[in-house]
Amino acid sequence: MNEHIFDFSVVWHWLDELMLSVMPEWLTLTIECVLVALGIITLYAIFAMIMIYLERKVCAFMQCRLGPDRVGPWGLIQVICDVLKMLTKEIVSLRKTDRLLHGLAPFLVITASMLTFSCLPWNKGAQILDFNVGVFFFLAAGSIGVVGILLAGWSANNKYSMIGAMRAGAQIISYELSIGMVMLTMICLAGTMSFSEICQQQADGGWFIFRGHILSVIAFVIYLIAGNAECNRGPFDLPESESELTAGYHTEYSGMDFGYYYLAEYMNLFICAGIASTIFLGGWAPFVIPGLDGFNEIMAMIPGCIWFLGKVFFVIMLLLWERWTFPRLRIDQILTLEWKYLVPMTMVLLVLMALCVSFGLTF
Amino acid sequence: MNFTLLVTALLTGLGFVAIVTILARLLAPRSYNAQKEEPYECGIPTKGRSWMQFRVGYYLFAILFLMFDVETMFLFPWAVVMHNLGSMALLSVLFFLFILVLGLAYAWRKGALEWQ
Repeated sequence: MNEHIFDFSVVWHWLDELMLSVMPEWLTLTIECVLVALGIITLYAIFAMIMIYLERKVCAFMQCRLGPDRVGPWGLIQVICDVLKMLTKEIVSLRKTDRLLHGLAPFLVITASMLTFSCLPWNKGAQILDFNVGVFFFLAAGSIGVVGILLAGWSANNKYSMIGAMRAGAQIISYELSIGMVMLTMICLAGTMSFSEICQQQADGGWFIFRGHILSVIAFVIYLIAGNAECNRGPFDLPESESELTAGYHTEYSGMDFGYYYLAEYMNLFICAGIASTIFLGGWAPFVIPGLDGFNEIMAMIPGCIWFLGKVFFVIMLLLWERWTFPRLRIDQILTLEWKYLVPMTMVLLVLMALCVSFGLTF
Repeated sequence: MNFTLLVTALLTGLGFVAIVTILARLLAPRSYNAQKEEPYECGIPTKGRSWMQFRVGYYLFAILFLMFDVETMFLFPWAVVMHNLGSMALLSVLFFLFILVLGLAYAWRKGALEWQ
């Protein structure tokens, strides 16, 4: 397999050495950290806006509506106006809430989604957090978000919030199991937990969804189902079901405090799709067909970040399709689906994948 | 460098919320009204406490989750090195999984997976 021509780590090293040559080490480190922080926030904000616009437009088209189309051409400025509106809305604080926890909850939710967001491999060498236990770190950091949601519901001293948070907690921890088991299955195939290594292997030997026979495809489908449930979306949106719980766990949040949950929800969708495209669809690895060298050369000319974003938005479209197609489930149906169908299925999947890998039956 | 970046990402998340909250408080108007401080429950005054006893079903699922989550945690290191381990290790892990499946089957049989 030919060398991937777009390697961002070269750029970082060049930048690092350039700064080290003109300023002391501590200043370089500080500036680099500030740059990384600004980068995270910028990407986070931009993709959140794209996601919100996309969701509103796609759901409108799926329901034969037009969606936002008044503010700016095709309603493009709508999201920016929404952000400004949220910033300038009054933040109402209630009398009987637990003030400390009420204020703490958005911090946990946003921090969890930013930590998981930094794990995404955007390109070869362009990944902010690259641990050798990357998948493990992703799962660990992601589960902080549940604590934030539970705190939000508990601290508001409102029955809607409380019920919403309890439902969200039960649902998210249940489906986290499937996500963990599916990732475990793919790690069996990959033999590493680092996201950059996982991508590199797929760039060298083909995407995991093709390498793991039908097992990977089943794992991918389970991931899509569990991913929508993890983000409290789609047929699994009963933690915030508008028609019965007003807004669920963030009922009592107003203004920007509500905005954080909105932001985190959409970014969790993006992160979920990003991880799906990393562990199943190759991350930044281009699509290659063994034997067709000319075709592969052209595919390798497309930068890795374009491949990554293309795959992410493909998975997001699948998730949106799933969301707007199925009606909402009841809590007992959700838990039955998870514990009686998905958990046994993922266990069988894990055993089969372990057998396949042990006997060398994968590509 | 990795852990510096981890702390950076962590502080980015915390700092982002802190700064935006301060910004929102500066920009947003504020007015006082006794009615505004009531919890939102469809316009009717709240009956009873909201911090109340809760359905035990959620608790049961949390315990089940704990069991299986710890199990996946144990399996992650195995999954990384399973290429190099022989068939004996595979058999041991299959036995471990079998015990877990027994646990799930027990919970299922006892009706812990039913939503009551």
